[in-house]
This record gives sequence, structure tokens and C-alpha cells, in this order.
Amino acid sequence: MLLITCPYCGPRSEEEFAYGGEGHIARPADTDGLSDDEWADYLFMRTNPKGVHYERWVHAHGCRRWFNAVRDTATNEFLAFYRVDEKKPEIDR
Amino acid sequence: MKKYSVFSLVRNALDYHRNWQQAWRSPAPKSAYDVIVVGGGGHGLATAYYLAKECGITNVAVIEKGWLGGGNTGRNTTIIRANYLQDESTGIYAHALDLWDTLSTELNYNVMFSKRGVLHLAHNQHDLKELARRHNANRMMANELEFLTPEQVKAFVPIINISPDVRYPVLGGSLQRRAGVARHDAVAWGYARAADSLGVDIIQNCEVTGFRIEQGQMKGVETTRGFIASPKVGCVAAGHSSVLGAMAGLRLPIESHPLQALVSEPLKPFFDTVVMSNTVHVYVSQSDKGELVMGAGIDAYNGYSQRGSLPPIEHLLSAAMELYPVFSRVRVLRKWGGIVDICPDASPLITKTPVQGLYFNCGWGTGGFKATPGSGHVFAHTIARDDPHPLAAAFRLERFATGNLVDENLAAAVAH
Ligand SMILES: Cc1cc2nc3c(=O)[nH]c(=O)nc-3n(C[C@H](O)[C@H](O)[C@H](O)COP(=O)(O)OP(=O)(O)OC[C@H]3O[C@@H](n4cnc5c(N)ncnc54)[C@H](O)[C@@H]3O)c2cc1C
Ligand SMILES: [Zn+2]
Repeated sequence: MLLITCPYCGPRSEEEFAYGGEGHIARPADTDGLSDDEWADYLFMRTNPKGVHYERWVHAHGCRRWFNAVRDTATNEFLAFYRVDEKKPEIDR
Repeated sequence: MKKYSVFSLVRNALDYHRNWQQAWRSPAPKSAYDVIVVGGGGHGLATAYYLAKECGITNVAVIEKGWLGGGNTGRNTTIIRANYLQDESTGIYAHALDLWDTLSTELNYNVMFSKRGVLHLAHNQHDLKELARRHNANRMMANELEFLTPEQVKAFVPIINISPDVRYPVLGGSLQRRAGVARHDAVAWGYARAADSLGVDIIQNCEVTGFRIEQGQMKGVETTRGFIASPKVGCVAAGHSSVLGAMAGLRLPIESHPLQALVSEPLKPFFDTVVMSNTVHVYVSQSDKGELVMGAGIDAYNGYSQRGSLPPIEHLLSAAMELYPVFSRVRVLRKWGGIVDICPDASPLITKTPVQGLYFNCGWGTGGFKATPGSGHVFAHTIARDDPHPLAAAFRLERFATGNLVDENLAAAVAH
């Protein structure tokens, strides 16, 4: 069971949240000029690291706000929680 | 390799089972091979077997970081069926089902394939329509399925609750009689033994840590036991595929998730088929040891920890309680998790890559055990000829750029 800290509401049980997958994937600005491979990379290719993962969660059964988290996918240890308007933290390990 | 038979069983029993021949060798890695298969699960071992048996390539190594079948192969709930929606899927899964039929004889190893039928339940109008659509799609491919009314479901599975008076009543079911279950370890061991006897080297406790690639051409693998040269490397690493992809500079359309299952304490035989329900999220069978084997969907978050959270377990048990009230006093014996490799369209990748001589077979996600023989067979041909086998052609990496996805999310999401 994961204990997730919503930046707005504090620590809550995993069951209150829904997962949003990899974070910091920006929609390409010039979509008209995008090649098929670039579309595929944006839509389907994922980093899927074993280790530090930047990801999105939504507090679905709470404040219903989206936020970011950093988690080690091998141990499930959370390394950071931050609002979407906050800077991506650099985590080295 | 000495053949297993009823006579060898008797002969060895008379010796108090002290003189069984070792099932496969454990050789030190050679400095070079014609093909290296990374990953000693069912799919990797089957690939090596068919390379040796059908493609005449016997200078092959299977490199496994742990023990054979210690990944998803030995953690899965062994449901074997071929009732997917798309023609491409029916192609590969029905091919596998054909191979399952004769696999024990082919490998001289009892994989305990039991065609006890797999029944998919419908609990609402949407389910009924989805089943009908899948049903008709399969019949167009000459893949026989039967539709059961709630009363016929009850006759087939007497302990099921078909009362209309529940949140998700049973409205019908789709039965594939030639589907069933098999013994997962035996599949890994049977392929390993048969591949070894054809000359394949099986190297356990050896992790691939990198690739040597020169001018876009595969040269070999770096491992915890040193460099091993090979012009062709097939990665069959399930949940760790993205990790291997990254070693070659590739990004794959895959995310790894925990998938859990559990067994109850052993009970006398009373559940002689497999029943799945996508809507209430549970599937059940009974193992030969008597344990009820149950599972459901993945844990939603990415993970490599081979364990999941408790909520999916609570969820599947509550669903099981509504469908099978007689389970109420049965105790759970143990639960576990594997790391499944999910593609966005819930279909596998059997593919060449931009690196010449590097191939991937992965993305089988929650449902690849059933495909083991077919997957190994078409992947071996793909590697040997450096050209996709016709049944594998739809599962190339390029489909994500061309848009030719093979969407199986309805048929694969909960049901494995
Ligand atoms: C709980 C659960 C239930 C399931 N139920 C079903 C079911 O009912 N029916 C069904 O059809 N499917 C089911 N599946 C899915 C099925 O188990 C898999 O799709 C299938 O077993 C994959 O086989 P594989 O040989 O590709 O992978 P694996 O058996 O996982 O083998 C991959 C191997 O690669 C090795 N490896 C990884 N990285 C490296 C490296 N760097 N170097 C060397 N070796 C490496 C791993 O150690 C592992 O042994 C289930 C899975 C789980 C987890
Ligand atoms: Zn909140």
C-alpha cells in the first residue's frame, strides 16, 4: 500500500488517488511539422525506468487536483511531491 | 538425453530416484554464439528450442539473470485461451493453442495442459455486446466459442451465484472449450531440457548489463560473467524490456506494472473450469494441488518491485465473494506479484529494431503465458531469417508510427 502526500491535503492512502503515468511529457508545439516517428514518441514511447521515475497523480477522491511525484520504481519509495507549477526537482541516485 | 517414459519412471523408482539424469547442463558461457537469447522465461527458452529444432541454429545461449522461470513464467495463473478480438491476435494465439495440444509429446515433458474450458461472464448490456462482438469475430476466424445463458452458466459451474438480485448479475457467458490451464514451471523446464539436448547452452545467474553495438550492428552482450559475442541477440525479458532497450539507446512503448495473484488453502476438487469476469474483476480456477487460484487487474502505477498493493487483492476477493458465496470461509494461503510489460494497445512486440541483429519479444503484459509456444516459434523464425514470421508481422515496433495498432484492451485488460 502506498502512502501518498497530496501537496494540498497531506498524506493519504493510495486508494484516494488515480495514476497519471510518466510526468513532464510536453505536447509538441509544432504538431503540423511532426513526423510519424515523433508522434509515436510523444504518444506511445515511455522512459519506464527501473529507479527514479517522475510521474503524475490526481487526488481523485479528495481535492481532485493533479500534482507530480518522484518515486523509485524498484522500491516504491517516494522521493518528492510537488505541485504542477513547481520546478522539476533534480534527484540524483 | 534419456527419454522420460513409464519405464524410466519404474526403473528409477526401483533405484529410490537416486539416479535420474540431470535435466539440463549448466555450462560456462562460451566466448561467442550465433544467437543469444536474453531471458530464461518460457518465451526465451521456447525461442531457443525452436531456433535449434526448426531453424538449424544450435550454437545458441539463453542468458538468465536469476533462475529459469523465476520471472512471470513461474508467477502466472496459467490461463490458456485464444478468444481475442483482432484477426492478428487470433492468428498468434490460435497458433499457440495448436502447439499446446501436442507440446507434452513434442518436449517429452508433461506440461499438464488441461483443456477444462475458459468461461467469460457478462454482467451488463455492454459486456453482452462486447462478448457478442468478440464471439462473432472469432467465428469468422473459424475459432469456436459457445454462448451460455445464465442457466447454462449455472449448469456448467454449479457453485456460481446467478441471482438477479446482486449489483452485477450474471447475464450470460462465452465459453471456449479448448482453452484451459497448464503447469507453468513444467513449460520452462520442458523447453529448457529439450533445448539443452539439442545443444543450447542455458546460463543462469548471469545478468546482461549492456550491449556492444558497432556502426549499428550488434556485436554481443556485456554480462556479469564477462563479454559474450554474438551477431544476433533476442531480448525476451518481459517486465525488464525497457531496461534492456535503454542499454541499446531505444525507447519502447512499454510500461512495467505489478500484477498480483493469490492462492487459497488447498481444497478438494470442486471447480473444474476457469471463470473470468472483466466487470467485477476476478478470475478463478483450481490447481491440481487443490488451491483456488485467483487474480484480477494490474496495479495502476509503474513498478519493478514484484509486489503490489493490498487494494487490488481486497477488490478481487470481494468480487469473488459475490460470485461464489461458498468461498466465504476459505483462507488465503499466499499472494505474490510479477512485473508485466504493457503496450498501449495491449498487444505484444515481436520485432526487429533499428539496431541490426537486435530483436525484441515483449509486451505480452498480463497474458503471455498462453502464447509461449507460438511466441517462441515465430520469434525463432524472425531471428533466423532476419525477417518477421507472417504471424508476427503485425506486431512490429513500426506499428506505433504507422498507426496500425492491434487494440486488445477489451479482451486483455483483466482477463489474462
Ligand atoms: C500474476 C500474473 C498472472 C498472470 N496470469 C496469466 C494467465 O493466466 N495467462 C497468461 O497467458 N498469462 C498470464 N500472465 C502473463 C505471463 O506470465 C507472461 O506474459 C509470460 O509468462 C511472459 O513470459 P516471458 O518468458 O516473456 O517472461 P518471464 O518469464 O518474466 O521471463 C523473462 C526473464 O528475463 C530475465 N531477465 C530480465 N532482465 C534480464 C537481464 N538483464 N539479463 C538476463 N536476464 C534477464 C528475468 O529474470 C526473467 O526470468 C500473468 C502474469 C502475472 C505476473
Ligand atoms: Zn488533495
